Amino acid sequence: MTVPLMISQCADPASLQGLSWLMCYLTTGKHMLFYASFGVVLLLLAVTAPIALLFGFGGAMASRSRLLPVRWFGKLYTSMVRGVPDIIFFLFVPIALDQALEWTRHQMLCDTDAPVRQGNDFVVCAAAKLPLSTSPEWVHQTYGFILAVIAFSIVFGAFAANVLYGAMQAVPRAQLETAEAYGMSQRQVNRRILIPQMWSYAIPGLSNLWMILIKATPLLFLLGIEDIVYWARELGGAKTSAFAYPHPDWRLYYFLGILVFYLAMTWGSEKILARLTRRLSAGQATMGGEALRKGAA
Amino acid sequence: MKKLILAATALAMSAGMGMGETVRLGTEGAYPPYNFVNDAGEVDGYERELGDELCKRAELDCTWVKNDWDSIIPNLVSGNYDAILAGMSITPEREEVIAFTQNYIPPAASAYAALSEDADIEGGVVAAQTGTIQASHVAESGATLLEYATPDETVAAVRNGEADAVFADKDFLVPVVEESGGEMVWIGDDVPLGGGIGVGLRQSDTELKEKLDAVIGEMKEDGTINEMIAKWFGEDAPLFE
Repeated sequence: MTVPLMISQCADPASLQGLSWLMCYLTTGKHMLFYASFGVVLLLLAVTAPIALLFGFGGAMASRSRLLPVRWFGKLYTSMVRGVPDIIFFLFVPIALDQALEWTRHQMLCDTDAPVRQGNDFVVCAAAKLPLSTSPEWVHQTYGFILAVIAFSIVFGAFAANVLYGAMQAVPRAQLETAEAYGMSQRQVNRRILIPQMWSYAIPGLSNLWMILIKATPLLFLLGIEDIVYWARELGGAKTSAFAYPHPDWRLYYFLGILVFYLAMTWGSEKILARLTRRLSAGQATMGGEALRKGAA
Repeated sequence: MKKLILAATALAMSAGMGMGETVRLGTEGAYPPYNFVNDAGEVDGYERELGDELCKRAELDCTWVKNDWDSIIPNLVSGNYDAILAGMSITPEREEVIAFTQNYIPPAASAYAALSEDADIEGGVVAAQTGTIQASHVAESGATLLEYATPDETVAAVRNGEADAVFADKDFLVPVVEESGGEMVWIGDDVPLGGGIGVGLRQSDTELKEKLDAVIGEMKEDGTINEMIAKWFGEDAPLFE
């Protein structure tokens, strides 16, 4: 990663001018890390979206459960997470999770009576560290990334739970009653009628959430993950001759690049979501489905 | 079977011992020439060279970790890394929370820089980095303090006209002022602040403190620290005697 595209003329940056300077500048090892960080954002989206949807599905099913404690759990999850500012949650979850895991490992793996809290310090023995101090840097970064995914999934799962709960309630009761009249069990009704039909009600809410999730990805920066915002700020800042490519404050251009990236992401998403909405409306007893039926005739 | 397990354990332990202790060094990576991320994307600067030499002499296996200045002390005490080398001055306030080794940069001057010579540093707006000794100094000086998360933003604030002047370690500002082509100038006298810069450690980590104190002392004796200071901060920088 640290070896840039080795264009031989880039060996002596001070002698370069104009376009060749810019070409060499844009292919430094640091810029490669910047380009790779776009992948980190896309990976976060790709991993978080399905997990959050799963959390949301679980939360929605729990909220509809016939068992009171399960219902309470579902309601508590959605109302509690939705009631706390996202940023507080993003800061709280990774630290709390990390310390809880290390504390547990300390109790299991360490052969010592030394307390974990010593004055200001949170000290666990070397074997209980997560990841171990000896682990290579990518393990530390992956661990941080996983904690971020968990935080994102819990928060967006709560919103998704509410959307899916609403969508399940919106499926006409007559549809479910008909299924019951055919002698289907509760499970069969859920699987064959309720879930396939709820998607067309859920999609507007879920597409909103997807947009918000895309726009929330710069919060990674808050969690100490080197995402596109970190690198844009780092690369854009004024550089003195301590660097091979000195330049004035270019943050404006870097942030403009990120702005274009996010606009492209949300624009592309809107196109795809519009097609998805159309497909899911087909054959549904909704206004969208009705419009499709009439259009086809 | 028991013997086999014992042998395996002994082997595993001796293999672990041969590598030396792993120490994670935390730095900000945004404060040239103390520490910065070079064009290859690696931590570089005076503190990189010093830290690597300290680890070599103390026979520690060191890795570098970047961390924002804002959270650099909290993440040390919660164990994300084991030492801070980030141009952090030794102050009584910080010593309540973390421990410091003996200093590896002698007490140095801080300075004001601005776009014009008549900028008001006593009643105007002065930019400084959050949580630094310079920020506390500005707050006490009567000027309006404008805080930023990174050193680079404090300089940008002066260039954009948001602040009348920037107040920072002089060694950080020297290249900024000299390479600005006359755009930025020094204002007022230098201000001596702090007790020098040391390695920040957890207070419970007395073993590492002893080790690092010993090798820093050794490097002061044989003059290698002075050579490094002169290399990174110029011949005029204050040295150890």
